[in-house]
Amino acid sequence: MSVNQDKIRNFCIIAHIDHGKSTLADRIIEKTGTLTEREMQAQVLDNMDLERERGITIKSQAVRIIYKAKDGEEYIFNLIDTPGHVDFNYEVSRSLAACDGAILVVDAAQGVEAQTLANVYLALDHDLDVFPVINKVDLPSARPDEVAQEIEDVIGIEAMDAPRISAKTGLNIEDVLEEIVAKIPAPKGDASAPLQALIFDALYDQYKGVMVFCRIKEGTIKVGDPIKMMATGASAQVVEVGYFGAGQFIPCDELSAGMVGYFTASIKNVADTRVGDTVTNSSRPCAEALPGYKKVNPMVYCGIYPADSARYPDLRDALEKLQINDASLHFEPETSLALGFGFRCGFLGLLHLEIIQERLEREFDLDLVTTAPGVIYKVYKTNGEMIDLTNPSNLPDPSEIDYMEEPYVSAEIMVTKDYVGSIMTLCQERRGIYIGMEYIEETRALLKYELPLNEIIYDFFDALKSRSRGYASFDYELKGYQRSELVKLDILINHEMMDALSFIVFKDNAYERGRRMCERLKEEIPRHLFEIPIQAAVGGKIIARETVKAMRKDVLAKCYGGDISRKRKLLEKQKEGKKRMRQVGNVEIPQEAFMSVLKLDED
Amino acid sequence: MKNLELYVHIPFCFKKCAYCDFLSFSCDEKTQLAYADALIREIECYGPQMKDYFVTTIFVGGGTPTWLNEDKMVEILDTIYTYFNVSADAEITMECNPGTVTAAKLEKYRRAGVNRLSIGLQSADDEELQILGRIHTFDKFLKTYEMARNAGFANINVDLISGIPYQTAEKFLHTLQKVVRLKPNHISSYSLIIEKGTPFYEAYKFDVVKQEAGMQTEVLPTEDEVYRITKLTQQYLANAGYEQYEISNFAQPGFECEHNIGYWTRENYLGLGLGAASLIENVRYSNTSDLDAYLEGELRVEEVPVSRKAQMEEFMFLGLRMQRGVTRQQFQAEFGVPIEGIYRDALEHLKAEELLEMSAGRIALTEKGQDLSNYALAQFLL
Repeated sequence: MSVNQDKIRNFCIIAHIDHGKSTLADRIIEKTGTLTEREMQAQVLDNMDLERERGITIKSQAVRIIYKAKDGEEYIFNLIDTPGHVDFNYEVSRSLAACDGAILVVDAAQGVEAQTLANVYLALDHDLDVFPVINKVDLPSARPDEVAQEIEDVIGIEAMDAPRISAKTGLNIEDVLEEIVAKIPAPKGDASAPLQALIFDALYDQYKGVMVFCRIKEGTIKVGDPIKMMATGASAQVVEVGYFGAGQFIPCDELSAGMVGYFTASIKNVADTRVGDTVTNSSRPCAEALPGYKKVNPMVYCGIYPADSARYPDLRDALEKLQINDASLHFEPETSLALGFGFRCGFLGLLHLEIIQERLEREFDLDLVTTAPGVIYKVYKTNGEMIDLTNPSNLPDPSEIDYMEEPYVSAEIMVTKDYVGSIMTLCQERRGIYIGMEYIEETRALLKYELPLNEIIYDFFDALKSRSRGYASFDYELKGYQRSELVKLDILINHEMMDALSFIVFKDNAYERGRRMCERLKEEIPRHLFEIPIQAAVGGKIIARETVKAMRKDVLAKCYGGDISRKRKLLEKQKEGKKRMRQVGNVEIPQEAFMSVLKLDED
Repeated sequence: MKNLELYVHIPFCFKKCAYCDFLSFSCDEKTQLAYADALIREIECYGPQMKDYFVTTIFVGGGTPTWLNEDKMVEILDTIYTYFNVSADAEITMECNPGTVTAAKLEKYRRAGVNRLSIGLQSADDEELQILGRIHTFDKFLKTYEMARNAGFANINVDLISGIPYQTAEKFLHTLQKVVRLKPNHISSYSLIIEKGTPFYEAYKFDVVKQEAGMQTEVLPTEDEVYRITKLTQQYLANAGYEQYEISNFAQPGFECEHNIGYWTRENYLGLGLGAASLIENVRYSNTSDLDAYLEGELRVEEVPVSRKAQMEEFMFLGLRMQRGVTRQQFQAEFGVPIEGIYRDALEHLKAEELLEMSAGRIALTEKGQDLSNYALAQFLL
């Protein structure tokens, strides 16, 4: 199949969360007749149930669309949907690199948000041509002209003629399609040059193996070609190439420069396929790899254990399967006194963690015990050694520690004027360092802070939303490490240290956190036949204590004569309570207790 | 011939108590008589089917059986004697609430073969009786008790409830003292359970949670107080010559309630009347709870075979309610496997926690095990 490069448009849609990115994608697919309306399941690009439930895109997806433009020509659109969350910034950047242009969707009522800015800058960094569309003009609160002005003022791109659309009702979608033809440049590249293709995602298919999603920058790839991944060095032979129909993969003979598609090859190890890597032909390699590849490193770690220790091998298999589609998921085996065999897992962020946890539970039917997530600390020892600490239990003895560093992020918070004060208070409580503030327009300000990552991974976003009545938006990127006064807080239950409950905390907060942790655990741990002391300790010194009283008497010991079924129900309820418990020494601890540290700020 | 116990349910009360969630209600005399006739028809129906059984105990419970017209009650009992093989020395118990009997009524019951009376006193404190929503005072009970003795009842049980709102161990001790002075042959002392669907539940549901969690309560005695009440009850009744033969039951030697022991040893029993449950050859039956349907002749609405697993569970959690516990031999005889083959883990674990003791082939809960019986018995669910 030969396609004229002039008739190809590779683009993505960028937007702040909830501004209508996926809805617009659906509408474009529908209008171009790729799917009939009846075939159209709402938001076809968001494949996973989880994505649909949460309304966010987790995996990059792509679809090829044929559009007959008003000039009478047929165009091929390759729409690449990018993940919509700050956790997946690297994936977003690779998806953008596979495009030549981007549609910027801005909500006609809400206007420019922090993430809008971040995404536009990211797109401009990749030399994409960006054109805006103003969505949700059907809302009563829509103010499209003001928002157009705001886009011009804040972002500095031409917006007065931007299509005013409603992706929901389908209003003016044709204008968007015509703009794609007119404003997104056609791809360049020489189909006869040595192969140079960018991997922007990969998927594991049970039958086909690893499917590599790529954008051909130069050259051509076809079945039988010997290929090589330039960063990982892995080589293989192409088994199938194809492009993306809506919701299906359509094999074709070859993919040439400017095209977007997939290939499968006899790739043994999925770790060989890294997002951002360059694929070339090993018998005729290109001179150099495409820029921008980096190995993504997890930012947040936690321990994941099977609730039923017999299912450890199942958990390992499940993690391996998930890793096939998600190279940013890291895991290595670890053991805990309290929880037995499990894995220390690394994630891009808390959302990523939650998604993996939910997928493990839903798709693999695993019951999990998860320990509180933490960040990676750098521990500088007195002997000059430095260790990356991902598990608080591995912290060396304080006498061996010279000093510690923790990761900080640069955060941008966009908020309406009225809430600036309360958001600044929140940032201060979270040990934020004020960098600056600028007014985007009269009523809205952009606050800049540096915050310890540790302080924002749990519930910062929720706190932000509640203290601004939902008006604040937030974006951050890792800035680097800073020296900090940190200590390890240990928890002893019935005089035994629970390694899985230890966490690193800012020194000045240790007493308060320890006290609340004991209170929280007292509520979580059921009464036993004996008294159970719960203690918090820093460096062997007890700083807080609570006691779970011993159980002395069943207050429900009545007999019901011949009606045995009621007695049975009572006993079954008693037994049921034991199921989600973890036996540690003599004490049975509910699995939820291991996440207690996350709930310390709730009240 | 095999043994059989009969339970006869009379679901009427003059007024329902605030804690009660048994199948009982207030109704006019016409309905009561119609019910009695339906009950008689049920007896006539099942009697001939149970020809191979020998009835060892009869228990007429409620509700308030003594609220029903006494001649009708005698007719019910006579029908039973006609249609079932009732042993000459069968234990025949009638439940009775203070204030619902006269000397003449009691005389008729006794003549009709009733040889054991179970009087629902619940408390000797009039304030507590009021809280419970009882219709009588302690004085009324005294009169009823005296009449019963005068009518020649030589086997009398008094039902008590502990853990009543605002109760302390000392208050309950007063009740025990007043009751023991009368020398009843048997005392049942149940701890109050706040059941869903009762006025008590609406009033005290938050307190129940606190009580179960061992926290400070508003109205109900705390768990610690319930513990004190239990210990005091055991001590006081032991000194007064009552043997605790089951978690909630105390008797003078030789006056244990045969009927209840039958439930705990899984004897066959046939329940007659509205909503009554039966267990016959390991099939459990339940009668309809719909009065209109029952009056029109509908009887059993449910028939569930008890699985072998459930039989073993019941053998344990019912048998261990009794002080004497269960024996290895019985278990082996009933199920053809040694008890250790099924319950090794539970037995060892409970023994280690000092909730269970084993000696000479007998397995029983310790005192601590009885205090925490739900916890202990739940371990025997498979």
